[in-house]
Amino acid sequence: MSTKRTRESQARTEELKYTMHQLFRNPLVVLGLVLSVFFIVASIYVTKIMNPNALTNPLGLGNMTLGSLSVNPSIFLNILIYGAIAYAIQRLYGNKWATIAFVAVIFIILYVPIPQQLQAVDPNGPSNLMYEQKLCWNSQSLINWGTQTTSCPASTNYLLGTDDFGRDLFQMILIAIPLDLSIALEIVLIATAFGVVVGAIAAYSGGKIDEVLLRITDIFFAFPGLILALVLAAVLGRTITTLTIAVLIVWWPTYVRLIRGQILAEKSKNYVEALKSLGLSSRRILFLHIIPNSIYPVLVQSTLDIGGVILTFSALMFLGFSPSPVLPELGNLASAGVTYFFQAPWLIFFPGATIVVISLAFNLIGDGIRDVLDPRLRR
Amino acid sequence: MEKEGTQQMLLEIQDLRVNFTTYAGKVQVLNGVDLKLREGEIFGLVGESGCGKSVTALTIAGLLPENSEIVSGEIMFAGDDLLKKSSNQMREIRAMRVAMIFQDPMTFLNPVLTVGTQLTESIDVRYGKAISQGWRPPEIGEALGATSASKRVGRREKKKILYHMGIQALKRVRLPDAERLMKSFPHELSGGMRQRVMIAMALARNPDLLIADEITTALDVTIQAQILELLRVLRGELKSTIVVITHDLGVVAEVCDRIGVMYAGDVVEVATVEDLFAKPMHPYTQGLLHAIPIVTGGNERLESVKGTVPDLIHPPPACRFNPRCPHAWDLCSQKKPELLAESPGHFVACHLYTKGKGS
Repeated sequence: MSTKRTRESQARTEELKYTMHQLFRNPLVVLGLVLSVFFIVASIYVTKIMNPNALTNPLGLGNMTLGSLSVNPSIFLNILIYGAIAYAIQRLYGNKWATIAFVAVIFIILYVPIPQQLQAVDPNGPSNLMYEQKLCWNSQSLINWGTQTTSCPASTNYLLGTDDFGRDLFQMILIAIPLDLSIALEIVLIATAFGVVVGAIAAYSGGKIDEVLLRITDIFFAFPGLILALVLAAVLGRTITTLTIAVLIVWWPTYVRLIRGQILAEKSKNYVEALKSLGLSSRRILFLHIIPNSIYPVLVQSTLDIGGVILTFSALMFLGFSPSPVLPELGNLASAGVTYFFQAPWLIFFPGATIVVISLAFNLIGDGIRDVLDPRLRR
Repeated sequence: MEKEGTQQMLLEIQDLRVNFTTYAGKVQVLNGVDLKLREGEIFGLVGESGCGKSVTALTIAGLLPENSEIVSGEIMFAGDDLLKKSSNQMREIRAMRVAMIFQDPMTFLNPVLTVGTQLTESIDVRYGKAISQGWRPPEIGEALGATSASKRVGRREKKKILYHMGIQALKRVRLPDAERLMKSFPHELSGGMRQRVMIAMALARNPDLLIADEITTALDVTIQAQILELLRVLRGELKSTIVVITHDLGVVAEVCDRIGVMYAGDVVEVATVEDLFAKPMHPYTQGLLHAIPIVTGGNERLESVKGTVPDLIHPPPACRFNPRCPHAWDLCSQKKPELLAESPGHFVACHLYTKGKGS
């Protein structure tokens, strides 16, 4: 056993424990955490929640996968995830056996031997959509959407009604969540990493490099974000990948500004001078010492931005940059709903509400983390 | 300048001039500093705030701020001129040969990393390469089993060695419970403990030259006493040359072999501790020693050096002390006095002593 590593991680665990304690004292954060965990779990298990019949229906996905979150959770992946959760809980709250039992129960409940993968449809396959009832709503539903809306056949049970292609809206939203979440995570992670590296280099080297890098980010700041994303999307073309790139290009400059300010404040501190006197290389000082000291505001910003990215991405879809009208993406679904607003109000309401709740969840977490990491509120 | 015996010189600074460019003008911080450090001695550098003690130290370590400019001079360190080195070579020298301990232990440790991480990192910079090539610190050879000493070591084993060296370093500065300390964060330690950790970080690397910049200033009196006691104990164990920078004459009297007195960017007097306290020659040194309060004395008014510290943007001509000097005469404002030996090992830069020699 490497003694050094365990000691270091013990100290880290203590800090994390305290941070978690602070976090869980805030009910809004708990709400946000519960919601986001719900969405993530739903994303992972979307294939199991879904009606198997819906899977065989054409989704208009082409050869696209649904994003990393929903890709075939194998036994190995499950064990890895639950192992990690068990380890974390055990480190944080002690009692080993209770934790293992708890996790094992969840594992058994959720585990199904071979989860189905969402079926991708051959783009050259049958394109005539063979749904019987478009835009219908169950008559026994709690909400009365008005007399103008059509009732679904009594034999069917569409929880949230059907969309303009006659697909079950609930199923579509379930598929859309992992797609949106994984894209948002992807964008935020890449943008943060890129922005932090660029900002850190700019701030630490200073002088001309700083000027050049910052003026480049200024070019991106000069345009309103959504407009720039629209232009880029129009130039790059309408596929999921290009739209992701468009949002990414709009997103990274924020982090450059943020981390640069932090590092400028940090690099004049005494311990940096002490590190220099130890003969450490600039790279080591920057990446091992200064960035860990200044990364917290960026982490908060990233968490908050997950909601923002989902909104922007959906907005792009909503404004008509969808690769395909049948793609189950929240913005796309809502966009379809605009056309049928008076006949089928649920079509815009539920996807919209989902976007709001997901964004809210991540915003609550981000806010909570910001409060907890505020040094004035620490011990 | 006369020869200073046969003992080998580790560091020789000659005519070092450093300017700082500020909005108000060029501040002439160092005005031709001359210093010689013998191998293995503890040298005290004293002077009031702003007289250039720390700037001298930073120049040696190659850590001057960006608005500074080295006008002239050379710093010979073990045969090489440090001022001619590239920044990369200077980094190498800082890593391997010169260590610094800073004034305020509260702010000179990285707050987000544990003491152990920072300590082992500093040792890694110094010994990392050597360890991966099979070198082992002598004192922990048996603790880890000397069998594998010849073959190359893996990451894990290297970490283990570094960890042991870290523990050794903490024990060396008399810190109890070193294992627990290794996993503490800086904010969990007291000021004295942090200063000991800083000292441990410096000592663990066995530097040729150790610069201790005002190490007791930020501590309260009892902790100061402990740190000084530690330095005194350590000087027996160490081979390093130590420069103690302070404005506290008490500190240098406690630990140093020789003292250099600085005033407004000049070294005005260099002597052994005994000589300096027994027979101060420069008027400024005399003034300083007069200003030390004597506990057993009567209720007299505390003496002070008359006048104020000169503005270094427009320094007084020639001898920078002449406006405040009670013995100043014509030559003092015309020609800068050189640091000359008045008696063996006692150097002073003052025209009072050149008068009789008719120079």
